[in-house]
Amino acid sequence: MNSPQPLAFTNARLVDPESGYDGPGGVIVSEGVIADVAKGREFGKLGKGVRVVDCGGALLAPGLIDLRVKTGEPGAETKETLASAARAAAAGGVTSIVVQPDTDPAIDDPSVVDFILRRARDIDSARILCAGAATKGLKGEQMAEIGLMREAGCVYITDADRPIVDSKVFQRILTYAKGFDALLAHRPMDMWLARGGAAIGGEFAGRLGLPSISPMAERIMLERDIALLEATGGRLLVDQITSAGALETLARGKARGLRLSASVSINHLSFNELDIGDYRSFAKLTPPLRGEDDRQALIEALASGLIDIVVSAHAPAPAEDKRLPFDEATPGAIGVETLLPALLSLYHDERLPLVDLIRAVTLAPAELLGLRGGRIAPGAPADLVLCDIDAPIIVDAAKLLSKSKNSPFDGRRLQGQVLMTLVDGRVVHRAEG
Amino acid sequence: MTATAHDPTRVALDAIRARAFAFPKRHFLSAGDLNAPQAADLLDLAEAFVAFNRQTSKSLDLLKGRTLMNLFFENSTRTQSSFEIAGKRLGADVVNMSPRTSSITKGETLIDTAVTLNAMRPDLLVVRHGSSGAASLLSQKVSGHVINAGDGQHEHPTQAVLDALSIRRAFGRVSGLTVAICGDVLHSRVARSNVSLLHTLGASVRLVGPATLMPAQAERWGVTVHHDMKSGLAGADVVMMLRLQLERMQGGFVPSTREYFRFYGLDREKLSRAAPGAKVMHPGPMNRGVEIDSDVADDPAVSLIQDQVEMGVAARMAVLTSLAARLEADQ
Repeated sequence: MNSPQPLAFTNARLVDPESGYDGPGGVIVSEGVIADVAKGREFGKLGKGVRVVDCGGALLAPGLIDLRVKTGEPGAETKETLASAARAAAAGGVTSIVVQPDTDPAIDDPSVVDFILRRARDIDSARILCAGAATKGLKGEQMAEIGLMREAGCVYITDADRPIVDSKVFQRILTYAKGFDALLAHRPMDMWLARGGAAIGGEFAGRLGLPSISPMAERIMLERDIALLEATGGRLLVDQITSAGALETLARGKARGLRLSASVSINHLSFNELDIGDYRSFAKLTPPLRGEDDRQALIEALASGLIDIVVSAHAPAPAEDKRLPFDEATPGAIGVETLLPALLSLYHDERLPLVDLIRAVTLAPAELLGLRGGRIAPGAPADLVLCDIDAPIIVDAAKLLSKSKNSPFDGRRLQGQVLMTLVDGRVVHRAEG
Repeated sequence: MTATAHDPTRVALDAIRARAFAFPKRHFLSAGDLNAPQAADLLDLAEAFVAFNRQTSKSLDLLKGRTLMNLFFENSTRTQSSFEIAGKRLGADVVNMSPRTSSITKGETLIDTAVTLNAMRPDLLVVRHGSSGAASLLSQKVSGHVINAGDGQHEHPTQAVLDALSIRRAFGRVSGLTVAICGDVLHSRVARSNVSLLHTLGASVRLVGPATLMPAQAERWGVTVHHDMKSGLAGADVVMMLRLQLERMQGGFVPSTREYFRFYGLDREKLSRAAPGAKVMHPGPMNRGVEIDSDVADDPAVSLIQDQVEMGVAARMAVLTSLAARLEADQ
């Protein structure tokens, strides 16, 4: 599949979030980087040996950068391996994934970071980056070796799904990480308010008799996080914001000029609590799905730029962990492969311009992590996705490339067929037919 | 069975046959599975079983050759016995399984268990499980007909049928009555099923209890919510007390049982707020002196609690019979 010769993509709908360009154009890829970009013009005479790909008007955009992907490797390879996650990513137009540290063993030590990155070098279907744990063993007690893990190559620190409930520990991490300019990603959730819950508290969970989580759990923890961020001057990514109440808190924090950004999962943009339906455990997520008002507020916040980044929150879980009574089922959903078509729903529904949607999964995460990708500019890595954004698809979980098939999008009609994905100029995925 | 045309057993059996009908759904998972005419039909059939159960001979063959499996993941002597007696009186082969204490669930998921049991080909599966939605999940994986005998905090529909039957026999109707459901509504599957079925049958329902034991936005269930027993019980025809689910409380829903009884326990004084002739119900087992005073619970003039137990068998016989009729229709 690799292409050593230069490739010219012509006749594309080119979207570059860095310049805000959305229009006709093309790209020439050579030696792993973007060699030339044509916006609103034709390339001149192409050199000898340049292979031309006529895009037929399809979208050509930077490859997606997904900041939140869980794998089962190391420790639970039956769920997902780094290789299977990367293949799924490539099929979805995602060219970089950030592996979460809640593996077994946890990525809380530079040697585990090194292990992941060494494994990643043998996998060429997507770039594999990794996040390091913020605390040893993800226990929320003792700070992990943040500096050494940064040195080993981790791109940010986080305790993944586990909120750091000890405020002193949280404060120290923010303070200490500042010395390494390390970004802390934190999922705000007051664990006391969330204790024992399986669904968001409200009328629907009440009817279903599901143990519920107070809707205030997120906002309260975020209020704390922002107060401590203000005191420390660190860098914080609010991981997967889900509620209108917390958005108000986020807006106040941002207005104070803090080094604060926020992500939202594609699931919370696409589903609401009613999608739990008849105890559909594939829609059991953490954080749990919210009400429709919250979902609408999240879309508005993405449109206004209050939310910076969209993630897949890819969390593979095999059938035996999912086909259980709702409150016993493992939360989480796979999503790296469906991220782009699901995101495009917001474009087709005329909620957001295409360039803004693409920015949230390319340039915004790249800038946050200091990566060179996420843009279409000469010299940038040739990580690209070609996508027929109008092509209708019906998601069939069984056909997704993840080892686990727990997709809440199963059976859903979406628009957006990934035609080709390139990493470093190499074709790592091409649609069949 | 040997009987003559004037035999009371035959008369009761004729009444049962005349009222028998095929259950409208494959499974009975929720009280909301029934519309008003269907619920009335079920109560009529149950009524016929009440008469039958009062005969000396209580043996029928309506479920002869059928296997009824009682699958209780959660202990409940009362409900399990009720289903067992109902099944046996109808002539079914009844098997009781308690997967929590047997080898069947060691390392197995509920689905594995379902597949294993399915291979034993039960016709009717009575399921109790500690998780909401478990009966529904199981029903998707088995070929037999599933009856939800209580799933987590969700529903307990046969309890609602027996409660409605008890009310209808006491008042001659359900429609137009005011029923106050009092206590730990949050954790109560009995409350959820009763709200649904009582609404279907035309009663007006109030929920009464401390705010910590009330589901969020419960007023959207079409009920009025009261945190004060005086207003909650004012003029009520039926006072349905719920068990304070002490074992479910992970801490601090109410300060103490003493305080709970003071404000939410049913005694004569609080009951005096209800309508004249009001009846008291409780799904059992009771925490005497916590949610109900023995003085009220044991007073045959107001308490329907013993009737509820009797109606439980009849109601379950009605459900089993109509599901078996549905089974025949499906085959």
